[in-house]
Amino acid sequence: MASIKISDIRHIAKLANLSLSKSQESRFFTQINSVIEHINVLCEVDTSDVEPTSQTTGLENIYREDNVDAISMLKPNQVTSGTDKIYNDFFVVDMILSEKI
Amino acid sequence: MIMDIPSTINETRDGLLSKKYRVVDLINAYLAKIARYDGQINSFITVCEENAYKVAKKADKLISEFGEKAFQDYPLLGCVVAHKDVFVTEGIRTTAASKVLDSYVPCYSATAVTRLDNAGAICIGKLNCDAWAHGSSGENSQFGATKNPWNLKYVPGGSSSGSGAALAADFCLLSTGTDTCGSVRLPSNYCGVVGLKPTYGAISRYGVIAMASSLDTVGPMAKTVEDVEMMFQAISGPDGKDATIASVKYQSKNSSFKIGIPKEFFGEGLDDEVRNNLDSVIQIYKKLGVDFVDVSLPSTKYAISVYYVIQPAEVSSNLARYDGIRYGNSRDAFGDEAKRRIMLGTYVLSSGYYDAYYLKAMKVRTLIRKEVSDVFEKVDAVIAPVAPTPPFKIGAKANDPLQMYLTDIYAATANLSGIPSIAIPSGFTKNGLPLGFQLMGPRFSESLLFDLGKKYHKEISYKPSVAKL
Repeated sequence: MASIKISDIRHIAKLANLSLSKSQESRFFTQINSVIEHINVLCEVDTSDVEPTSQTTGLENIYREDNVDAISMLKPNQVTSGTDKIYNDFFVVDMILSEKI
Repeated sequence: MIMDIPSTINETRDGLLSKKYRVVDLINAYLAKIARYDGQINSFITVCEENAYKVAKKADKLISEFGEKAFQDYPLLGCVVAHKDVFVTEGIRTTAASKVLDSYVPCYSATAVTRLDNAGAICIGKLNCDAWAHGSSGENSQFGATKNPWNLKYVPGGSSSGSGAALAADFCLLSTGTDTCGSVRLPSNYCGVVGLKPTYGAISRYGVIAMASSLDTVGPMAKTVEDVEMMFQAISGPDGKDATIASVKYQSKNSSFKIGIPKEFFGEGLDDEVRNNLDSVIQIYKKLGVDFVDVSLPSTKYAISVYYVIQPAEVSSNLARYDGIRYGNSRDAFGDEAKRRIMLGTYVLSSGYYDAYYLKAMKVRTLIRKEVSDVFEKVDAVIAPVAPTPPFKIGAKANDPLQMYLTDIYAATANLSGIPSIAIPSGFTKNGLPLGFQLMGPRFSESLLFDLGKKYHKEISYKPSVAKL
């Protein structure tokens, strides 16, 4: 399996919405490569007839009643209590389009 | 003010019933100790003095009104607990030890917190940890590293660093932690306390800030196996809010026990003092009539590699929600370790690498699970070291993430296969640092692990010790 390039580090940071400083870029480049080198050992395992494990409970399709009640629901002021950037009970977000029409 | 802080739930109850002290006196004593010594240890991020006194006064009223009967309704009445700061607590700041959440005040509480409150426990504060539970040493906290109370130059183990350190320093009677790959067992081991990584599906994670959802478990920590068992009884079972939780009747067994010794956990890299201590533990169990057989878990050598694909993948997804819009600060506030894991996770999930890394790791996880379940066809439990070495010095692995990750080499198997594991203290190194071991059992075998732990401690007449500060 391939090692990672410095251009990959920049690309991944963009995908993950992280801004990295130059020194973080070069530090992560070295550190992530050493971890990838370590996990490449998995190549040697024969998994040709093996199903993947995504969870260990064996439970499937667990449902609950879709109840709406005063006890389990948060009030609007609780939902918005984590930020000051509120307008009429809505969260204010940055503009994502580059031009106003 | 009382000078001797009780070290178990029973001692606390006996002292309260015999009027040796009131709950308020206990709070005074714990808070005084925290105020005097936590500056050196840094185990608390938030101390909830006001809340503690408020609840303590109610507890004192209950005891004076109902006496012993109050403890039937509230089995943990008057017991002081502190929560790892990844458990959300209504009205009490919850940071995950990250600057992203440095001013986040939740409007609801985690199930484990609510259940401990309902059992009569008193929350005295929120504990330091590696930020987002990412780490093995406690050094990744953005609120400063926690120190090991047994020697301030050493790490207390992570990620539930404050949960181990606060118990060892007698800042609380009980604590909560989370274990995604050893994060309860390692600080328990390094601080000389008892910690349970339960079966995946035993304790609700509702209200626990998620790290890697297919591996995360909530773990009770205390100074004795009995107390961890009482906490487990109080917090386990379905709550209707975490769909992975099963309704189980926990049972031990009456017949003789057989414990497996997996050779892969005793190989190269295991410190001599840890090995010798484990040998002495095995001798004690043999004296008690427990049979030991050699077993093999050959895929153990891949466990940490599997973990360092699956965990960052799930971390990158879980931490994607922190956008600084609804609560918390922007993603710029993430520390290096969180960024590193998000990057690694994003990489192994990205187009062209998903099959090679993520899918492959999930398949090797299947092989590890199968080996583990095959071993439990032959034995009741498996004994192993918690970590390859005793506590290491602060800074020793700080600049080498891979070496830090390898600290968890013996922890990963239990998380990847979803089985329970209990960390039990078993002495000290010649330098006075704690030693311990872990017992792993099949899924939902917690009662059996508690029994085995209690047998060992009874035989050695174990008394919890507190670090001198």
